[in-house]
Amino acid sequence: MPRLRLRCDRRCLRALAAQALLLAAVAGVLAWLAGNAGAKLAQQGIASGFGFLGKEAAFAISEHPIAYSPADSYARALTVGVLNTLKVALPALLFATVLGTLAGIAQLGRNWLAARLARGYVEAVRNVPLLLQLFFWYGLLTELLPLPRQAWSPLPGVFLSRRGLMLPAPAGEGWGTLLAAAALGLAAALALRAAYGRVRRGGGALAALLLAPPLAAWLATAGTRAWSVPALQGFNYVGGTTLSPEFAALLLGLTLYAGSYIAEIVRAGILAVPRGQVEAGLALGLSRAQVLRLIVLPQALRAIVPPLASQYLSLVKNSSLAVAIGYPDVVSISNTAINQTGQAVEGIAIIMAAYLSVSLAVAALMNLYNRRVALRGATR
Amino acid sequence: MAKRLRAAAGWARTHLFAGPWDALVTLALAALLAAALPPLLRWALWQAQWSGDAAGCRAAGGACWAFIGEKARFILFGLYPPAEQWRAALAVGLFLAMAGYSAARFRLPAAGWALTAAACGGLLAGGVAGLPAVPATQWGGLPLTLLLTVLGLAGAFPLALLLALGRRSRLPVLRALCAGYVELVRGVPLVSVLFMASVMLPLLLPGGVVIDKLVRAQLAIVLFVAAYMAEAVRGGLQAVPEGQDEAASALGLRWWQRQRYVVLPQALRVALPALVGIAIGTFKDTSLVVVIGLFDLMTSARAALADPRWLGFSAEAYLFTGTLYFVLAYALSRYGRALEARLAAGEGE
Repeated sequence: MPRLRLRCDRRCLRALAAQALLLAAVAGVLAWLAGNAGAKLAQQGIASGFGFLGKEAAFAISEHPIAYSPADSYARALTVGVLNTLKVALPALLFATVLGTLAGIAQLGRNWLAARLARGYVEAVRNVPLLLQLFFWYGLLTELLPLPRQAWSPLPGVFLSRRGLMLPAPAGEGWGTLLAAAALGLAAALALRAAYGRVRRGGGALAALLLAPPLAAWLATAGTRAWSVPALQGFNYVGGTTLSPEFAALLLGLTLYAGSYIAEIVRAGILAVPRGQVEAGLALGLSRAQVLRLIVLPQALRAIVPPLASQYLSLVKNSSLAVAIGYPDVVSISNTAINQTGQAVEGIAIIMAAYLSVSLAVAALMNLYNRRVALRGATR
Repeated sequence: MAKRLRAAAGWARTHLFAGPWDALVTLALAALLAAALPPLLRWALWQAQWSGDAAGCRAAGGACWAFIGEKARFILFGLYPPAEQWRAALAVGLFLAMAGYSAARFRLPAAGWALTAAACGGLLAGGVAGLPAVPATQWGGLPLTLLLTVLGLAGAFPLALLLALGRRSRLPVLRALCAGYVELVRGVPLVSVLFMASVMLPLLLPGGVVIDKLVRAQLAIVLFVAAYMAEAVRGGLQAVPEGQDEAASALGLRWWQRQRYVVLPQALRVALPALVGIAIGTFKDTSLVVVIGLFDLMTSARAALADPRWLGFSAEAYLFTGTLYFVLAYALSRYGRALEARLAAGEGE
């Protein structure tokens, strides 16, 4: 048995030395920067470390998915920020995917009018900065809409004004029970499908499993469910829930912008499917819609999913432009915290940690999906 | 005539009404256009005010293009002294002419660009040839946007080359450092990098050293763009067959020579379309300096809106500024397409 020998000739020694030197240089620069920052912070009497997270934030946040008041801690304020980021980024992701897919397909379709409109939309939106579009929508929403007193009410209980869109909101514990029951039904139905594969006959059982729990909960909780309807009191609306103009402008801007990029990705993906595939499908007697759904899209997905994943990531990062129109996302709230405490290093670290974790989560999910649509053996 | 009509009907049948669904889509879109276009045109053209003051605009109820007429110079050049604005305009004109010339010829004449850069710098800064000096704090509008874009790209390019080569190095420490930098920067939004440059950079430098806000923002853009560019270049490097490097090695070329003469020229050619895409993105992204208060095109449009005499014309200001961005970005994207077609045809020499 040959003895394992660790030998290092001159070249290998040189490589080792170079790397050690490089590491030392990088560490030296970082230490120098940290030393400077430490000295300056000490001079200005600014604390360091994450102790400030437990202290009282003492600033108001205009919209908060969870209960929040200025007396709460910085940690809670930042949690509100992260939730606000997710609250706008996730729906935008969904809408942009739908819009982008439609616009991408329309550009290649037979319908001349749809193709032209889709092309115009993509070119107009892609070549203008997202920030400008956000300002535009925000300006439109806050200048054109009526004042709260003259709010436009398309449906009873729904009011549209410069303060945003006021909607009736569910109130009472009954709704929580109902939601839990619906989730239970869905989980049971999914479990059944997973256990028996695609059910051909037992569709009725599946539907019963899906619908029975929420139906039972609906009847059981009838007394504890109610609607909170917005009503004008003084200069503002009380009750119900509000979609603020900031949220609406951000959602609209992000959706349209990301949608135009997704449209290009979808278009390129479809073009990557050989023309013969479509012709063969048509020759087999499939309709055009069937060819698109059964032949083109499954193959196009392989080319679409990887760039789509990076588009999703940039959508999440782009949601940070919220700070420019005053939507309290995680960047905006960290910024306020930095201004109040002076702890810039920690604040920036929190922003980075928040985005890196969201990015990693989205990337992991998309990789999982990519493995499902990719050619067998291609990813291994 | 009848023949023409028949042809038109035939075209409509295949392009608009090829099936029940197609017809439905066409009708829905046509209805949408019919509902949206007339009010839009009425606002933008027929009821628009082309001259006069804000009161006249409000009375007319249409778009207030008079506002743009009043503010166009301010939006384009920001706080640059009005008497000297011809210099800023000339610098932008020179730059665009040179860019157009280079794009049409598909090459970057180094001497011409050095001359253009010197001329633009001299025109903007002044202090030479009898031009009064204008400090950088007064630069603004379109010249500043272009400056941030061009210097950002020019500064990021060498850094990106080093990062991309480093990420493919045989030395594991170098590889890890480069990959770590690229992934870290790509994981965070530009807004946070800009905040970092404006808040944290002053902290990181030794006491007494002060860097201008413009330089800090420029540095942030360079560091940010370099990470994305490095990935584009790495993509190009991966497309160069291994044998090229081995052959160059067999010819006795050293590592730097191999990269300089054999690997990079081929890799950059593949990476060019992606690099043009990054250039467009950088041009649009410079608008984010609004959050740290630099006076670029986006900020000057916002500042024009804050004039108390002309409140409430944000749509006009953003349409005007958006058109400026669109024209330049669209031109760049057409150039990217042309470049791609040329490279695909294999006549890039």
